[in-house]
Amino acid sequence: MTPTQKILGVAAATGLALAMGACARAENAVPEGGAGGDAGSGGPVTIGIKFDQPGLGQQVGSDFKGFDVEVARYVAKELGYTDVTFKEAPSAQRETLLQSGQVKMIFATYSITDDRKQKVSFGGPYFVAGQDLLVKADDTAITGPDSLNGKKLCSVTGSTSAKKVKDQFASSVQLQEYDTYSKCVEALNSGRIDAVTTDDVILAGFAAQPQYQGKLKVVGQTFSTEKYGVGLAKGDTATCEKVNAAITKMVDDGSWQKALDDTVGAADFKPDTSTNPPKPEPCS
Amino acid sequence: MDAITTLLQNYDVPAAFWMTVKLTVLSAIGALVLGTVVAVCRVSPVGVLRGFGTAYVTLVRNTPLTLIVFFCAFGLLNTLNLSLASAGSPTEVIDNNFRYGVVALSVYHASFVAEALRSGINTVPQGQAEAARAIGLGFGASLREVILPQAFRGAVAPLGNTLIALTKNTTVVATIGVAELAYLMRGMIEFNPSLLYAIFLLVAACFVLLTLPTGLLFTALSRRLVVQR
Amino acid sequence: MSAPTVLFDAAGPRARARHRLLGVVGALVIAGLLVLVVRGLANPENNQLTAEKWAPFLDGETWTAYLLPGLAATLKAAGVAVVLSGVLGVLLGLGRLSQARVVRGVCGALVEFLRSVPVLVMMLFVYYFCIFVLGVLGDTSTFVGVVGGLTLYNSAVIAELIRSGVFALPRGQREAGLAIGLTPRQTLVTVLLPQAVTAMLPSLISQLVVILKDTALGYIISFTDLLRSGTTLSSAYGNLIPTLIVVAAMFVAINYALSLAARLVERRLQQSRRGAGSVPGASAGVEVAAPGPTALVADGAPER
Repeated sequence: MTPTQKILGVAAATGLALAMGACARAENAVPEGGAGGDAGSGGPVTIGIKFDQPGLGQQVGSDFKGFDVEVARYVAKELGYTDVTFKEAPSAQRETLLQSGQVKMIFATYSITDDRKQKVSFGGPYFVAGQDLLVKADDTAITGPDSLNGKKLCSVTGSTSAKKVKDQFASSVQLQEYDTYSKCVEALNSGRIDAVTTDDVILAGFAAQPQYQGKLKVVGQTFSTEKYGVGLAKGDTATCEKVNAAITKMVDDGSWQKALDDTVGAADFKPDTSTNPPKPEPCS
Repeated sequence: MDAITTLLQNYDVPAAFWMTVKLTVLSAIGALVLGTVVAVCRVSPVGVLRGFGTAYVTLVRNTPLTLIVFFCAFGLLNTLNLSLASAGSPTEVIDNNFRYGVVALSVYHASFVAEALRSGINTVPQGQAEAARAIGLGFGASLREVILPQAFRGAVAPLGNTLIALTKNTTVVATIGVAELAYLMRGMIEFNPSLLYAIFLLVAACFVLLTLPTGLLFTALSRRLVVQR
Repeated sequence: MSAPTVLFDAAGPRARARHRLLGVVGALVIAGLLVLVVRGLANPENNQLTAEKWAPFLDGETWTAYLLPGLAATLKAAGVAVVLSGVLGVLLGLGRLSQARVVRGVCGALVEFLRSVPVLVMMLFVYYFCIFVLGVLGDTSTFVGVVGGLTLYNSAVIAELIRSGVFALPRGQREAGLAIGLTPRQTLVTVLLPQAVTAMLPSLISQLVVILKDTALGYIISFTDLLRSGTTLSSAYGNLIPTLIVVAAMFVAINYALSLAARLVERRLQQSRRGAGSVPGASAGVEVAAPGPTALVADGAPER
């Protein structure tokens, strides 16, 4: 064997190994389970929700609880699906989950924005939230974002909400970033930080948890408007129309209010009634 | 190359690099001190201390570093409220994260330092210990005067490996928001996905810059310091 | 540590008293620290030791819904990474020992590069590569990210283990192989490699512990491993600290079992080696001095 042959041999073997690895990966890349058939055709459907957001989408044992989950179940039933599978939809992966068809719909505190509309379509909104602050129940010093100077504020890595507070309201606020809101809330509860910021309904979900009940409160001074929509594949207007009809029906028959009270209501959280319950926007 | 220039202009890469260096140096000192104490405990004649040394190494070495960082940040700091920064200072949050990052890295790598020293002690021939005892040195004196000086020299190579591992493991403290290289890398990719390769190469180059000289230095040191037998 | 070490004499009466005193003081210090931690956790401000924070772990569903699937994901990622890095590592290791200078150089540079980049940085790269370049998403991207990052790093480590194992073999092995007419490549693959792998087996097993521990880095790219599913669990019950303790205990138990296995293999190797001529210096990881027969204290299997 000449040296060249040897090089080729090793190169080929390495390439083969890499290719084998790639194949093994490619097999995994097939979307799992599929996302259900056409809108309204019944049968199974996969819906993306959050798994770690108490009051909205939280895995509890093998079940899921929260406002997003209730709306998702109601809408799925209205659309005629009998078998709903929930799949975790982390914030960073929501668009890609829809685009690749791994989920049919997403109910995961998914704000409707122009940027996102480039990539996906939205049904709803089914709720209008706003950025707010969560503080200790006995805290009277923090009344809004502009009273945060010199305080310690927590939010999650990659979120712009804490930076917004620092840039627009309180330049000398200290920012702490953790990877989940639950860690922020735990730090707030122990007094290590002074406030947690994100959408009011998410904060209310934490305040409503049994272990935090009575210890934490939502300040109630929202300083942004977040319209939670139902994420759909781009251009799926047929499903969008049906989703909107289902949401309108849910609001009209009182299930919407009941779902809200059952999930995040325990912390005395009252959503802004001038915007809630919202009217679904026309599908495009 | 353009991509790298853009990144260097828009992000404070030197600051993140400096943070990684600071984490490495301070944790290395912490790990060396703590690791030596643990190693001495492990070979000491006192049963309780020996048990402590063994338990420390077994527990810490078998726990993922991510968990140790969590225990420091969420256990010691957030739950037990043991602050390492002065309360009310304008940099309290950043200071606490950084200092607990150093604590976690020191605690974790101390177990590897202890193991390296023990393997170093093993390179010292039995005759040395016997000779030390024969001239009347006790445990402390023979360890201090005869065994440990040789053990450190014999342990240079594994200590160097531990230092390189430590340099790389500083990335883990990104989880508690310490703005070092991996933290910066994630931020850069999220906002510039099209520059993925440039970002990876830039960050990788920073680490090669740190670990390669360390490796060369310790290889040279271990050759120079080796005890001729 | 059953064998008496030569570092200290059998203690006389005064030394015994001193050791007893030191032992008591040491025990008191350790116990005092433990009491402080426990009291801190039990403190009404924290309430980490209340029944409601620990009760979820008595519920079978907590294990079947969160912890066991998380553990399965951790083990699966570690398992796949072990196999892939074993294959790649042997190839890279052989490449570094190749007769052809180019192959040797390329493999050497690759190994050095992979060894100097942190696993987490490689995981982040592979993860985002999946998302932005391959368009692979969801669970698959995180899984590939974890396995890819682990494989790239550990194949380099294994390549180094193989190389140092081959170097540590007596020269006669290679010479004998060549003398009976095998080509250098055949000698390497059929004579040297099997011996090197056997000699390095304890180090290879300790590397399993490293891989298993490093899967926990996947947490950072939101891979649903044991740590991540533990976090989901703790956000449901608001019991972060108890969950971290349980998860740590699970990791320690598994890794400790693996370390014991490594030590067992090492002991058996040493026994079988005694008759068949020794393989010096090959038993304790890259560039780590081997515990010779004159070891002062019992040795474990060092890793990175």
